[in-house]
Amino acid sequence: MHTQEVTQDSLAVGQGTTEGNVLSVEGVSLSFGGVHALRDVSFSVKEGSITSVIGPNGAGKTSLFNSISGFYKPSAGEVRFLGESVNGVPAPERARRGMARTFQNIALFKGMTVLDNIKLGRHAHLKTNALDALFYMGRARREEMELRAEIEERIIDFLEIDHIRKQSVAALSYGLQKRVELARALAMQPKILLLDEPVAGMNREETEDMARFILDVREEWGVTVLMVEHDMGLVMDLSDHVVCLNFGQMITQGLPKEVQAHPDVISAYLGSGDVAALRRQFKEGKGA
Amino acid sequence: MRIGTVKENYGADAALFDTRVQRGWLVVLAVALVLLPFVSGQYVSYLACLVLINVASTTGLNILTGFTGLVSLGQAAFMGVGAYIVALLEMKVGTPFILNLLLAGLGAALVGMVVGLPSLRVKGLYLAIATIAASVILHFVFANWTEVTGGVSGLTMPPATLFGMELNQPGEVYWIIMPVTVLLLFGAANLFRTRIGRAFIAIRDRDISAEVLGIDLLRYKLLSFAISSFYAGVAGGLWAYFFRVITPESFPLMMSIFFLAAVIVGGMGSILGGILGAIFMTMVPEVLKMLVGVVTPFWPEAVAVLSPVRIMVFGGLIIFFLIFEPEGLAEIWRKIRRFFHLWPFKT
Ligand SMILES: Nc1ncnc2c1ncn2[C@@H]1O[C@H](COP(=O)(O)OP(=O)(O)OP(=O)(O)O)[C@@H](O)[C@H]1O
Ligand SMILES: [Mg+2]
Repeated sequence: MHTQEVTQDSLAVGQGTTEGNVLSVEGVSLSFGGVHALRDVSFSVKEGSITSVIGPNGAGKTSLFNSISGFYKPSAGEVRFLGESVNGVPAPERARRGMARTFQNIALFKGMTVLDNIKLGRHAHLKTNALDALFYMGRARREEMELRAEIEERIIDFLEIDHIRKQSVAALSYGLQKRVELARALAMQPKILLLDEPVAGMNREETEDMARFILDVREEWGVTVLMVEHDMGLVMDLSDHVVCLNFGQMITQGLPKEVQAHPDVISAYLGSGDVAALRRQFKEGKGA
Repeated sequence: MRIGTVKENYGADAALFDTRVQRGWLVVLAVALVLLPFVSGQYVSYLACLVLINVASTTGLNILTGFTGLVSLGQAAFMGVGAYIVALLEMKVGTPFILNLLLAGLGAALVGMVVGLPSLRVKGLYLAIATIAASVILHFVFANWTEVTGGVSGLTMPPATLFGMELNQPGEVYWIIMPVTVLLLFGAANLFRTRIGRAFIAIRDRDISAEVLGIDLLRYKLLSFAISSFYAGVAGGLWAYFFRVITPESFPLMMSIFFLAAVIVGGMGSILGGILGAIFMTMVPEVLKMLVGVVTPFWPEAVAVLSPVRIMVFGGLIIFFLIFEPEGLAEIWRKIRRFFHLWPFKT
């Protein structure tokens, strides 16, 4: 049987991953009333890779992320993470197991400082209980101090946000907010990082910084990255694997070059009227 | 003018009171709190006790409403639970007051958690209505479970004893109320230096993204209800030791509104705000009453004429402060501080 083969493979390859895949989406469908946001989408994300999901507006990319991180319950199909199905697993538990994400329209906590936002990322891995917290002795103090030191040394330095650590996030520029959101996701000690449009709305310099951070995250932290991005230049430069969605369906996947040249991809963007923008972006991508 | 502070390590950076000036003021405040019953009469001690009890309860509600974003109008009823528990333990078992207060807190926390159960599904006004319903049910229990609560006539309990001494006068019960309230305040402040407090704020700001960070919403909402009603229960226990007569009418819905108003006027999501709000809400009516008292010798009808005016002035002041500074008294305080730190330069 097919399923048995998969199980045997997963025993043979990698720790807890199926065929070296950190994440696999298998036949996932999702609909809102009459709108089919996702139809039978399948692909997998190799350990240590940078995989991108592209597609015109409304293609279902964010819905896909929401299905992976546990906000939406797909009507059919399965999401497997680290070799296990996470279909019945609630969002917080998926986070605890190592799924971290950032949001298309930034979901930082406006009432908190940058530092507290980043600290929140570690929430699920800390052990302090209410009693420890009320007295702030022993475990609570120790954990807080260790966390602070680690965030300072590994994350704040790395993402170059030393100067804003004490500021409220509400006062930051868009680009910096995106960076803080990445910092928070890194504090989660993720096995996979889901980035929903990490460079949307950024200027060229900020985009280049972010591209560098994404590559470094993969190299230095060994974190697998799955991202949604409209900036074709970035997608072509960074990705090992590209998945293209249109109207909730996967139209093709493969190496960046293959996907870029695929006629269905071009016509998907044509259909959405985005073709000029797409051509321009492709060119930029080659130039960059 | 103060330029800035340099911290040697992360511990110092995360301290509750980070400057020497702040710590200096804290010592002054501590000394004042200790000396108060010695230098003042019973009336001032009475007011101090009342303020402290309200500070404790308001701080609890602030954890739930101000920090976690869950509006509750059950705080007075939870205090009632605590008060009845203390009275019963004191009358029937005779355990030491510190244990009684702890049990009062735990009992109220349990009730609070049950009341908080709908909070996963309903928010805002709907949750407020659910907590009102819970208050009504608790009131019904207080009034009708006659064998235990004494029904409408309530319970009359003996005073607390400390080292064999009975604590009868406000100036005496103060020695229970003040330290317990101070302890509760430090607890609340500490909470927000850790993952628990951060999770509460995250839920208030955006509960959806809180989930993606691994925060279990139901668990933390219930925890917030539990801690908040623990505070209410202890405050209710203190209230019981203070008044010693507990009836179902002791903890009306109006009192819950009072605490909610204190949180809002003081500053939602600020420990200092809860303190200032409770002081404001307790003291302003008293001060207005005193003012009426001052003019009475010259104008005998003052009480009759001015009493309704007094209530209107109180309401007017609340509205004035909310318009003047929607962030509450805590924000006004911060602005004043900033002014003095930067003086003589303009901000
Ligand atoms: N919560 C929801 N309720 C109803 N419809 C939804 C919901 N979320 C998404 N949709 C619909 O599902 C489809 C896919 O939306 P989605 O946000 O996933 O697209 P996207 O690929 O992320 O687009 P964009 O590039 O603009 O971010 C759209 O038609 C959208 O209107
Ligand atoms: Mg999207």
